[in-house]
Amino acid sequence: MRAGEAFRVALDALRANRLRSALTMLGVVIGVAAVVILVALGSGAKQEVEDQVEGLGSNIIIVVPGKFEFGSAPSVSRLTLDDVDLLGRVVGDRDRVAVSVASGETVNVGRRESFVTVNGVNESVPNVFNRPLARGDYITATDVDTRRRVVVLGSSVVRRLFRDVDPLGRQLSIAGVRFRVIGVFAKVGSTFGVDRDAEVHIPVTAAQRLFGVDRIDALAVKAPTADSVAALQPKLVAALADRYEGEEFSAVTQTQILGTIGRILGLLTLVLSAIAAISLLVGGVGVSNIMLVSVRERTREIGLRKALGARQRDILLQFLIEAVLLCVVGGLLGIGVGVGSSYLVAALSPLPAVIAWWSPVVAFGVSAAVGIFFGVAPARRAGRLDPVVALRSE
Amino acid sequence: MTAAVEAVDVRRSYQLDGLAVEALRGVSLRIDPGEHVAVIGPSGSGKSTLMHLLGCLDRPTSGTLLVGGRDVSTMTDAELAELRNRTIGFVFQSFQLLGRTSALDNVGLPLVYRGNRKAERRQRAAAALEAVGLGHRLGHLPGQLSGGEQQRVAIARALVTEPSVLLADEPTGNLDTRSGAEVMRLLARLNADRGVAVVVVTHDPEVAAMTRRRIGVRDGLVEYDRPEVAG
Repeated sequence: MRAGEAFRVALDALRANRLRSALTMLGVVIGVAAVVILVALGSGAKQEVEDQVEGLGSNIIIVVPGKFEFGSAPSVSRLTLDDVDLLGRVVGDRDRVAVSVASGETVNVGRRESFVTVNGVNESVPNVFNRPLARGDYITATDVDTRRRVVVLGSSVVRRLFRDVDPLGRQLSIAGVRFRVIGVFAKVGSTFGVDRDAEVHIPVTAAQRLFGVDRIDALAVKAPTADSVAALQPKLVAALADRYEGEEFSAVTQTQILGTIGRILGLLTLVLSAIAAISLLVGGVGVSNIMLVSVRERTREIGLRKALGARQRDILLQFLIEAVLLCVVGGLLGIGVGVGSSYLVAALSPLPAVIAWWSPVVAFGVSAAVGIFFGVAPARRAGRLDPVVALRSE
Repeated sequence: MTAAVEAVDVRRSYQLDGLAVEALRGVSLRIDPGEHVAVIGPSGSGKSTLMHLLGCLDRPTSGTLLVGGRDVSTMTDAELAELRNRTIGFVFQSFQLLGRTSALDNVGLPLVYRGNRKAERRQRAAAALEAVGLGHRLGHLPGQLSGGEQQRVAIARALVTEPSVLLADEPTGNLDTRSGAEVMRLLARLNADRGVAVVVVTHDPEVAAMTRRRIGVRDGLVEYDRPEVAG
């Protein structure tokens, strides 16, 4: 028998039981769509976090007290502003060292108030991080040295507190202390629905007085070149370990952060797709089940075909193609539904979704494989039927 | 002359609930090309088993079965399938037509397993349907045909491969007397015109009377084998 003929016969059989074929296919459609959607959401999350980390700037090394690990309790910081000079000497340029001490505070203008992240920083932040201003100026070395009460606002803070009024030169209160607005950041956007523009920067010295602390939370160093990052990393840690005996410090690079996040999100994606794959498996079992029913129903037809000269192989091929056709058509529909839903989710919810080129390809391959895997047993059963027995069956 | 089908001391036993049941207990017979034979016997006589063996749907437990001069016992399943396709035409009591398939494509079905293309299949199927007097029913589905017509479609399907033997298992069993007689006349005409050996398996002496040679089977053995009485 020609392969084209076997294909036509299989297609005819599927058409003969339209509803049954459609329902069987539905199992595969749902399974494949689920895999495509969850992979898209996983890749989307990963992509977004990566963009964000890479968007910070390049060649950045973050120095924090204690061990840098996701999930470990933050250590109490003993870092101080003097460490800027220390690390500046290691890097060879004090302007490449930024600091941060942060706290959540209420800010208000008149009766309008908002809860934002207040970040105490030094003047080097623009040298280290990629954080452009929309208007005005950033904090200067003089602002830091003289503990001047000036503030640079994130765009959503401006929108909430000043509405349409130009905020430059105006006053706002942070935890009851008045600050003058000197600049506004360009809009960054949000990640997973979290607004990244609800942030204000003030001089680190002013922040320490405001929060009642003399520590800083973290330092950030910009290495001069990408190649120097690796060499610089242990030197920074060593310099701090020298100063604070018995304390532990960590220096992590963007690559390391990306690696860690990538592993976590990769694992998450894997777990989600594995759960989705179970539904694909169930769809495959459905195909197998319906093929067994189909073989039983058509026992006499199989007997007849064998009497007329069909070989075991011909019958096997006919039923295998039928199963694969169910899965492949179901798979294609599933990819369509999955890709469509992913874009819909991305458009209508804060969850990002990215369709990696390989995910529909793999989904298609897997559904074809499911068809073969779950089609072989019923098809073999059909092929092996004894024509005498088959012809007699009712 | 090579026999169309030849059985030498053929036995066939089945295992039924652990018991060996001998359906055929040593049958020898020879059917030459162009013969018109009835295998007659009551139900349980072993005539169906014999037909399955002659049609290569089954293999004997022991003994020699030659179809077209070839020993069936040495052939693989795939070779047997090809042998059936090339040399045997089957006609069944219950017609065994595919219900959703036109008369034309039903008749063309055996050619599918020969690898013939659709156009050729249809052309040959149309000629076979013409030969059984159904040239005007090509596109009809089996359900749209009378019983007699359906059996004639089945006969056309058996003929389309130009077999050397046509095996008919109770071909009139599901038909009224008139249609049954028509089918028997058709088989006789095809036998005479085309030289295809026709073997009719039946329990009905009236049907058997319409053939030229009758082989009686009873209890798994050939009881008698006699040609039509001359005159």
